[in-house]
Amino acid sequence: MNTEHLVTMANQIGDFFQSYPDQELAKKEIVTHLKRFWASSMREQLMEHVKQQGAGLHPIVRDAITQHQASLL
Amino acid sequence: MKKPINQYTDYGTPASSSTEQVTLEIDGTSISVPAGSSIMHAAVAAGVSVPKLCATDSLEPFGSCRLCLVEIEGRRGYPASCTTPVAEGLKVKTQTPKLADIRRGVMELYISDHPLDCLTCATNGDCELQDMAGAVGLREVRYGYDGENHLQSEKDTSNPYFQFDPSKCIVCSRCVRACEEVQGTFALTIQGRGFESKVASGVTDFMDSECVSCGACVQACPTATLIEKSVVQHGVPDYSITTTCAYCGVGCSFDAQMKGEQVVRMIPSKHGGANHGHSCVKGRFAWGYATHKDRITTPMIRKSIHDAWQQVSWDEAIAYAASEISRINQQYGKASIGGITSSRCTNEEVYVTQKLIRAVLGTNNVDTCARVCHSPTGYGLKQTLGESAGTQTFDSVMHSDVIFVIGANPTDGHPVFGSQMKRRLREGAKLIVADPRQIDLVQSPHIRSDYHLKLRPGTNVALISAISHVIVTEGLVKEDFVRERCEWDSFEMWRDFAAKPENSPEALSEELGVPAEDLRAAARLYATGGNAAIYYGLGVTEHSQGSTMVMGIANIAMATGNVGREGVGVNPLRGQNNVQGSCDMGSMPHEFTGYRHVSDDATRALFEAAWGRPLSADPGLRIPNMLDAAIEGKFKALYCIGEDIAQSDPNTQHVTHALESMECVIVQDLFLNETAKFAHVFFPGASFLEKSGTFTNAERRISPVRRVMTPKNGMEDWEITAKLSTALGYPMQYGHASDILDEIAALTPTFRGVSFKKLDELGSVQWPCDDEHPTGTPIMHIDEFVRGKGKFFITQYVPTTEKVNGRYPLLLTTGRILSQYNVGAQTRRTDNVAWHKEDVLEIHPHDAEDRGIQEGDWVGISSRAGETVMRALITERVQPGVVYTTFHHPESGANVITTENSDWATNCPEFKVTAVQVNKVSQISDWQRNFKRFTEQQVNFVEQASKPANVS
Repeated sequence: MNTEHLVTMANQIGDFFQSYPDQELAKKEIVTHLKRFWASSMREQLMEHVKQQGAGLHPIVRDAITQHQASLL
Repeated sequence: MKKPINQYTDYGTPASSSTEQVTLEIDGTSISVPAGSSIMHAAVAAGVSVPKLCATDSLEPFGSCRLCLVEIEGRRGYPASCTTPVAEGLKVKTQTPKLADIRRGVMELYISDHPLDCLTCATNGDCELQDMAGAVGLREVRYGYDGENHLQSEKDTSNPYFQFDPSKCIVCSRCVRACEEVQGTFALTIQGRGFESKVASGVTDFMDSECVSCGACVQACPTATLIEKSVVQHGVPDYSITTTCAYCGVGCSFDAQMKGEQVVRMIPSKHGGANHGHSCVKGRFAWGYATHKDRITTPMIRKSIHDAWQQVSWDEAIAYAASEISRINQQYGKASIGGITSSRCTNEEVYVTQKLIRAVLGTNNVDTCARVCHSPTGYGLKQTLGESAGTQTFDSVMHSDVIFVIGANPTDGHPVFGSQMKRRLREGAKLIVADPRQIDLVQSPHIRSDYHLKLRPGTNVALISAISHVIVTEGLVKEDFVRERCEWDSFEMWRDFAAKPENSPEALSEELGVPAEDLRAAARLYATGGNAAIYYGLGVTEHSQGSTMVMGIANIAMATGNVGREGVGVNPLRGQNNVQGSCDMGSMPHEFTGYRHVSDDATRALFEAAWGRPLSADPGLRIPNMLDAAIEGKFKALYCIGEDIAQSDPNTQHVTHALESMECVIVQDLFLNETAKFAHVFFPGASFLEKSGTFTNAERRISPVRRVMTPKNGMEDWEITAKLSTALGYPMQYGHASDILDEIAALTPTFRGVSFKKLDELGSVQWPCDDEHPTGTPIMHIDEFVRGKGKFFITQYVPTTEKVNGRYPLLLTTGRILSQYNVGAQTRRTDNVAWHKEDVLEIHPHDAEDRGIQEGDWVGISSRAGETVMRALITERVQPGVVYTTFHHPESGANVITTENSDWATNCPEFKVTAVQVNKVSQISDWQRNFKRFTEQQVNFVEQASKPANVS
């Protein structure tokens, strides 16, 4: 799938959860959401994008994926 | 389940809801009835039939016909039994010589001005006037027929579905009262006095009046004055079968009144749990599509969408489809295949389709059209309340003191419920409307909204933030409810967020375009006005923050204690008849039936054991994901049943590009819909009149769909899916749709007690239906939320990226109208086109003037996604800067303009916000020109489809 589109979608998820006062909880929720609602092919592509510096990704999304990579597999 | 056409007892007046019992004697029979009942009602309950003409139990008593007079011991005169309430110890006589004289005299007067054409009258044998003439023993009319009369009155045949013959009218006012009390439109009146009295529908005729063609007047008419043209054509029906409407999410119960296999008319069932004997123009009248000439009833296949279709047998079509799926599976893998179900499918059809995709094809790539409408409802309500469903019954609105309608247009989208809501509003309930447009509810006869929050498209979450701010900062939270019923930590988090100054009405007023004082007043009314209920529609969900808004709605309902009893709640108005059901049936890529996630090991094990196949724990692709993957060459085969993504989904050119990129598109439908023009296999489907199953409406009501005619395509839709499954090596051996429902019940806790037998017994049932609730659950979350404690969520407003600019200075929002339904595949093939033959663009007079646009001009509407052309309708219903259209006609190309923006949680498209420019033009758009050419080619390909198949 188009990586730019995936980044946009992931950033929208980040926009929702970043308002949590507890940012660590927000990151966990971002990853949980991706795991529960995105197909594995989409998650893998996004993780690959993060490995390539994650251009365009919201910092909280990039951090969430980096920190909780194992949960996304 | 054949029943007589007059299967219901008419008690003459509505039942009393009093719990106090009163005992009286009628014709020597003692009877106890609720206080407040009429004597007529009590008499019928006692088995005594009192002659009547102006009374029927769907209407308040009127007392005009003077046929129902009775004698009451100790009382003078002859009171009308319909308007006289019962009293303890009354002794009533309904039959005496004096009463018989009076009744015969009354009937003589009626008949003296009535055509004596019973033998050739369309209602011969089904006419109350005829019945009463017999009942009172009328033998002669002493006045003759030569005096002044109405027999030459001109017939009004302007309405496509019914006619009005004033020569047969007895001026009983039942039609006028039905229009007022049942429908709430007030389109009819009695004009003139005395002999000049006549029913009038407006200045000229019914079509030019305010009439919405719900048919309540036709149903109420005791003579042949107002009568369905189909009865005039076919005669009085012979028998009746109760089934469920296939249009909107109200899910009205209908009695299909039949002659052989010919539907003569559809009568809304008196005991219908959702509609209580009422209907709209679609359900009652717009069923002719089932026998429309455009129906395709023979399977077709072809190698390429550039080839003509080949008609084949069912066996050949199934075998070809299975071979293509197997080929693609081997060549590209199971992730390259998926299915899309529709809310126009029955529960059973959806269930077997998702079973086919998951168990047979081994992927969770199955989605349903709720993706593009109410998927945020499923997500948002599951997160907050614990169940992906509305909390109430429709009847609950009759206990509401405050009705808050957000992004919904019930009188057009859910007309029968809209009428019920209007009844409650006429009784005095307060009304808040949040909508960019002035929907009819804002101001209609005897109804005026207390607040119309005319917000800018795309600012819903700012609205809910402002309302939340008022609730938490003005001490309007029901803290005892929140402490007992909700997660306190989540409440505190939400409360602190909502209380921030940036969420105040004053801070958000400019963004919303709504005065801060109106926001505050509306919030106060919602929080303190008594039982407050929220009703919302796609104006909430079809946004980039659709899920956030749903959670915001749940937040304020919980904070104010407006959940868990009659009159309150969170009520998503589902667009199509089986949106709720299709979601319940596990047709979303991440969950099995009953909203259980595919990653849940116990649930997956349950299904693996039942289905005998390993199942994936990983969510599949959603519709937009499938389309994106198709364009990238990774998604190759689609089984699409009942859905028309090439018309209903956003960014049409993106959708059609995706379809063109696939190697095998299988479409199962009644017609060559827009998606089918890109298909390689066409399975002709069966209409709702031709199959058995169940639909689940917006109030979780599971209602039976009963077959009233033989499928013109040869089999019911679930049978087609089962045959495809069998051809793919996984035999699905169901004998009847009831077997499928039994399997659903065995695997789904909320459906555990549901069966065809129970539906036959109860008529319908609202899930959860299980051992604890064997007759269903009308109101949810009464003692505790399904998730245990209700959970609040922060709802930070994030403006959509779809913004106006110099190039696209207007915001387009889309919606529906009363006479048409969704993509119009059904309603466009009925006489409903008389009301809406094309989609038009509503534009404010200021915006029109700026562009030199006159009413009816062709206007080009362009967005970053595409361009189309429609006629302009200049109206102040829309606010300056906002334009509006519908998507009922494919050639309009409304979704050529809408973009791929979508909800953050669910990918539900942002249909409601598209930045556009509008200009006066003189010709159709390039897309429309190409569409026309392509459509002509594809229709031609179908017409050529008589040659033997040669696609190997």
